[in-house]
Amino acid sequence: MPAVSKGDGMRGLAVFISDIRNCKSKEAEIKRINKELANIRSKFKGDKALDGYSKKKYVCKLLFIFLLGHDIDFGHMEAVNLLSSNKYTEKQIGYLFISVLVNSNSELIRLINNAIKNDLASRNPTFMCLALHCIANVGSREMGEAFAADIPRILVAGDSMDSVKQSAALCLLRLYKASPDLVPMGEWTARVVHLLNDQHMGVVTAAVSLITCLCKKNPDDFKTCISLAVSRLSRIVSSASTDLQDYTYYFVPAPWLSVKLLRLLQCYPPPEDAAVKGRLVECLETVLNKAQEPPKSKKVQHSNAKNAILFETISLIIHYDSEPNLLVRACNQLGQFLQHRETNLRYLALESMCTLASSEFSHEAVKTHIDTVINALKTERDVSVRQRAADLLYAMCDRSNAKQIVSEMLRYLETADYAIREEIVLKVAILAEKYAVDYSWYVDTILNLIRIAGDYVSEEVWYRVLQIVTNRDDVQGYAAKTVFEALQAPACHENMVKVGGYILGEFGNLIAGDPRSSPPVQFSLLHSKFHLCSVATRALLLSTYIKFINLFPETKATIQAVLRAGSQLRNADVELQQRAVEYLTLSSVASTDVLATVLEEMPPFPERESSILAKLKRKKGPGAGSALDDGRRDPSSNDINGGVEPTPSTVSTPSPSADLLGLRAAPPPAAPPASAGAGNLLVDVFDGPAAQPSLGPTPEEAFLSELEPPAPESPMALLADPAPAADPGPEDIGPPIPEADELLNKFVCKNNGVLFENQLLQIGVKSEFRQNLGRMYLFYGNKTSVQFQNFSPTVVHPGDLQTQLAVQTKRVAAQVDGGAQVQQVLNIECLRDFLTPPLLSVRFRYGGAPQAFTLKLPVTINKFFQPTEMAAQDFFQRWKQLSLPQQEAQKIFKANHPMDAEVTKAKLLGFGSALLDNVDPNPENFVGAGIIQTKALQVGCLLRLEPNAQAQMYRLTLRTSKEPVSRHLCELLAQQF
Amino acid sequence: MGGIRFILIQNRAGKTRLAKWYMQFDDDEKQKLIEEVHAVVTVRDAKHTNFVEVISVADSLSVLQFRNFKIIYRRYAGLYFCICVDVNDNNLAYLEAIHNFVEVLNEYFHNVCELDLVFNFYKVYTVVDEMFLAGEIRETSQTKVLKQLLMLQSLE
Repeated sequence: MPAVSKGDGMRGLAVFISDIRNCKSKEAEIKRINKELANIRSKFKGDKALDGYSKKKYVCKLLFIFLLGHDIDFGHMEAVNLLSSNKYTEKQIGYLFISVLVNSNSELIRLINNAIKNDLASRNPTFMCLALHCIANVGSREMGEAFAADIPRILVAGDSMDSVKQSAALCLLRLYKASPDLVPMGEWTARVVHLLNDQHMGVVTAAVSLITCLCKKNPDDFKTCISLAVSRLSRIVSSASTDLQDYTYYFVPAPWLSVKLLRLLQCYPPPEDAAVKGRLVECLETVLNKAQEPPKSKKVQHSNAKNAILFETISLIIHYDSEPNLLVRACNQLGQFLQHRETNLRYLALESMCTLASSEFSHEAVKTHIDTVINALKTERDVSVRQRAADLLYAMCDRSNAKQIVSEMLRYLETADYAIREEIVLKVAILAEKYAVDYSWYVDTILNLIRIAGDYVSEEVWYRVLQIVTNRDDVQGYAAKTVFEALQAPACHENMVKVGGYILGEFGNLIAGDPRSSPPVQFSLLHSKFHLCSVATRALLLSTYIKFINLFPETKATIQAVLRAGSQLRNADVELQQRAVEYLTLSSVASTDVLATVLEEMPPFPERESSILAKLKRKKGPGAGSALDDGRRDPSSNDINGGVEPTPSTVSTPSPSADLLGLRAAPPPAAPPASAGAGNLLVDVFDGPAAQPSLGPTPEEAFLSELEPPAPESPMALLADPAPAADPGPEDIGPPIPEADELLNKFVCKNNGVLFENQLLQIGVKSEFRQNLGRMYLFYGNKTSVQFQNFSPTVVHPGDLQTQLAVQTKRVAAQVDGGAQVQQVLNIECLRDFLTPPLLSVRFRYGGAPQAFTLKLPVTINKFFQPTEMAAQDFFQRWKQLSLPQQEAQKIFKANHPMDAEVTKAKLLGFGSALLDNVDPNPENFVGAGIIQTKALQVGCLLRLEPNAQAQMYRLTLRTSKEPVSRHLCELLAQQF
Repeated sequence: MGGIRFILIQNRAGKTRLAKWYMQFDDDEKQKLIEEVHAVVTVRDAKHTNFVEVISVADSLSVLQFRNFKIIYRRYAGLYFCICVDVNDNNLAYLEAIHNFVEVLNEYFHNVCELDLVFNFYKVYTVVDEMFLAGEIRETSQTKVLKQLLMLQSLE
């Protein structure tokens, strides 16, 4: 315990601290503390008057106990007594106790004012500083009231010591920040400004902070500081690296003072006096020149100090925004930093360039670095650096590079950290809208956003694309064609269904001439997604269907049959049921004319501020706006992209879109009943004699419908597909159900369990894997009492998967009796590494109605893991061998489950790797190794998982010899904790 | 308005070795900040910057609107020295202010180690007040600070 001897003077304190450190448990610590508290209390209460030393020691012990996190409810008076001691060490402990505990006991303040007054008047600089520090540390209003008048006097008094002036300046700053009204400006202000000329650099350092704060509220009173600050700065900047002696830090003269002076100057516009301005520009040039000189030391401290000044200089240049030459030089300097080996500098350069991008003088110069910035977005390890790169791309974007930037951001989005995906989505959406030359590009971009990051595309974004398509008739046909094509993808995001449904409902007629997208084809495409969607989307689709009846009278019978089906008309969800009932009735009773009026194309939306821009501003917080809406840079953009002029008709027509733009819990768009005008029409329709006023099925009907399956001749059969083909290709099967990924995740670390269950069917899985081979048993259980017909589960390999994974399936019986279970055997061979699992498409008929859904088969690449044991030394050697950046994938994420070491172990073993003990120096961490066996190649994998229980977070690192494998394994595994 | 919000010295396990606050926080807020800072700083490695504008956990940090603040930190052996400043403050200046402070501690305690900060916690506050006051940098000259500290050390 070497430090005990260093606790000089207070041996009792050192012993006590040692005791606490030696406590083996929290209980022991509390016991020891209680014992000490009892001891101190008895000493304070005892008859014997305590000497100063003992008082200091006990107060210090109390302070230590408080800092450990325990409440202290006595000892304050003893601390106050210490203030009136003549001894520095006793006074210091008294002041410290009060400064630290004052939050919890503000009554103390009144008790100590007297002692502070005495010390301030003592003419003893040490005592004066203690008192000033106490005021500065507490900084309460009461203290301001008591001392705000005294401190300026001390600050400017001719006979105050330098150290007292330093403390007084900052003490005054604190009081001014806390209660500016208590610090009246006066004749002292002029003298404070002249402290910038003080001999003592420490005094200047403190005074600049005070002046910077004061001048923000009273710029005119302090205007004289400009020329003083410039000349001080000039003297520092032009001094040789050793001139300033004590204030030279790693060969850089007075870096902190320089930074502070440069910040003070940012409170003002450029100096009006030409001589001052000339001198200042010279300073700024000198700093830029020095950045190009060879470093005087290799230490990072040297370059950091030098660059601290450089970055502040650049901030001032940007603040002035009037010297094109300096702005371009600044930009070139930052451009060099973009490729610097130090992450700090790359980060700061990106950040600083972001503001340069908004200056008309340097915007073009910033743009020349686009490739470097794109590269940063792709390769930086620190997410905050990538974030800055994305910010900068956003800031440098204009019409000339919008396509490139948007496509790079889209590409980045595919692998971007979850934390920033939504922001990137917003930025892409804004840039695409703002710089769209042709709107087909805009539509493509937004649909790509949905395809790549559907989960992160907020309502604001997809509402906006609908608004723009609705308002611009030149893009409507293209939009209809594009969404139609997008919806054909085997898996498409629900947001795509929403946008597709809305657009086809409005503009499907524009592509109906092509037999490949004829009305029935459009309808069946949309309806094939219907069952997989959420209630809100299904509600939207129902509105699309009724719009179809108006657009395409030939689909009326089919659609009416869908609306009439029990699953709609008696849907448990009130909204869906109501829409089905109302739309069905509307379509049956209303004349073509009435239908055409009610279901007319939506009127253009009134143009407001882009809702997504508003959202981005909200995300960024106040102050972010200026960088975002940079109209000044590109005023012409307003003509084309500023939006669509409001058409007079929309002003007077109340439309459901009003809600849509409000962007709260807006009812799904295109729901005529939501509109006041349309609502009246509907009421009229329902009042008609032909209308059934029933709001829902009668109880009997409902009862019957549950017993009896819908009649086979139900028009539903129109939509049912023909007998399933022997082996449907990927285009024949629907997208995986929304929960498919979640279900798949459950099987990443285990091989057996229930894969899927709904009211009709349960699917169980048992599987085993060895080397690159696997066998899987799927158990299909019919939960109903009715036979399933045409039962045909098939495995499909989307994309390249066929060349990566071979799955042999045996056909199963086409009938599954009620309550029965059938088994299907799959033989699996991993040919090479793969990233996406095969799909399992299940189709059958239940009571005549076709059922179809698609799942992801729980075969992930980690199933072919062969655990490998190795010693620590081997592990580290291999770890080092795999040190290329692309071989490593890392994720830092919040724990989604309680952080239990045993559970984690089990999951990692289930994942397939060996767990290696005694490799990681930190026993909390997990380290694993294994080889992924495929027919074509083997991939060695090392992994490390570092839990941080305090933060409830993990860091997971994977290194493998193949880049996509590292990333993929990292993603799979990260979702397990 | 710029300036330091707080200075924290923590070890890897999250034990606080110094907490100096330059803004009013109540005790719960202080505790929460201490935990948040530890959480964001300890997961970073040499390939990260020395600056954190708290990323994903920002939402949980209701005490501060964290976007307006950032943590500048540097690790020395098992100790993290963290300074929380305004988002517009100069990163490198505060990064080197940390180092300047550490060099003073090292000189003052003759090869400072974590235990020195534990046993002499009341002296560490004095060092801090000499170099930082009211959330601003007060004195940057190591010579001047050490001279003052030695003078104070000699007093009774």
